[in-house]
Amino acid sequence: MASKEREALLDPLFNNNPITLQVLGICSALAVTTKMSTALVMSAAVIAVTVLSNVAVSVIRNHIPSSIRIIVQLTIIASLVIVTDQVLKAFVFDISKQLSVFVGLIITNCIVMGRAEAYAMQNGPMLSFVDGVGNGVGYAIILMAVAFVRELFGSGRLFGMTILPLVTEGGWYVPNGLMLLAPAAFFLIGVFIWVVRSFKPEQVEEDFHVGALLEPGHEGGLR
Amino acid sequence: MLEHYLSLATKAVFVENMALAFFLGMCSFLAVSKKVETAIGLGTAVIFVLAVTCALNQLLNEALLKEGALSWLGLGNVNLGFMTFLVLIGTIAAAVQVVEMAIDRFSPELYNSLGVFLPLIAVNCAILGAALFMVKRDYTFGEATVFGLGSGIGWAIAIVAMAAIREKLRYSNVPEPLRGLGIAFIVVGLMSVGFMAFSGIQL
Repeated sequence: MASKEREALLDPLFNNNPITLQVLGICSALAVTTKMSTALVMSAAVIAVTVLSNVAVSVIRNHIPSSIRIIVQLTIIASLVIVTDQVLKAFVFDISKQLSVFVGLIITNCIVMGRAEAYAMQNGPMLSFVDGVGNGVGYAIILMAVAFVRELFGSGRLFGMTILPLVTEGGWYVPNGLMLLAPAAFFLIGVFIWVVRSFKPEQVEEDFHVGALLEPGHEGGLR
Repeated sequence: MLEHYLSLATKAVFVENMALAFFLGMCSFLAVSKKVETAIGLGTAVIFVLAVTCALNQLLNEALLKEGALSWLGLGNVNLGFMTFLVLIGTIAAAVQVVEMAIDRFSPELYNSLGVFLPLIAVNCAILGAALFMVKRDYTFGEATVFGLGSGIGWAIAIVAMAAIREKLRYSNVPEPLRGLGIAFIVVGLMSVGFMAFSGIQL
């Protein structure tokens, strides 16, 4: 594999992770991490949509007038999400029920939009494909890690299998109820960022810079 | 009737806060919460757009997308339910555009303070999230408007509070790797704990 492609694939995993460094896609991510199984399905859905939208946008990138590019990207992404949603409903109905509105929210997941806008619009289909895989997997890693901690300590299980037998079921583990509630997800991501940045001091921000990208008027911002 | 709406609004503002309980609109929540002033601007714009689009989407859902909704065209057995996402996001993008133009035309002062945030809002997950919740819970037109307004107010309260905290946070000595994004997440987590105190409240 050429070095450029390897970089596009591996860079988003840790060095430029979409969640911990680029602050993308937190919106629909955290709510699905109380269980490993929902997190896994959600990750798979996001990887699929990111990859396909990246390729689709990249293929037609030279034909999209820049004034309506957001709408074009949004339409492509929305159509892909519709397909994903139908597939999930057909094959993993229970989990798709649990994910409820969050499958639809992949449309506004900033990872998908952000990569289409920032990468696929400038690069060929092959590189965009690899970039999509990289960013999707980078997102999946964080999602699975958060879900692992939340499900293990919140309900003593992994993928629904009992690991730490609960007191209520005759075991010894008293579950930490906070893990299943919303705040725990924020704390865990905060701690993950802390850990990653302790090992990679170059990621420490002097001033929180992501805001600048989202500030109105900034061309090529994340939106 | 009024009681029902009041209860729905309270629930949307506090108990099921879009940002702190459902993690919606987190990207702009984290990025635009550095100054109270900008946070107020974005918050107001979100309230406005949420109320408008939620009501609009309810009408469209009722007239086009629901099962059997097309019977007024004589197409009772056509179900366009799979188009929901596309219609919702299209409506939101279009409504944002129209709202922006309308404000620009009728109230230039308001446009100057809000206008810059409006394009940003089209892809704010809180807007689409509210629309999807509305579809899922089968709200009536009145309920959808109240729900949209309430969610918007809840989101706005959350982002303004967050911005105020972060303005103060600048003077504290945070461990280096935690600076910026890390501490922001932990603060949001603590706020979310605070908002959990509202859970269970019913009017």
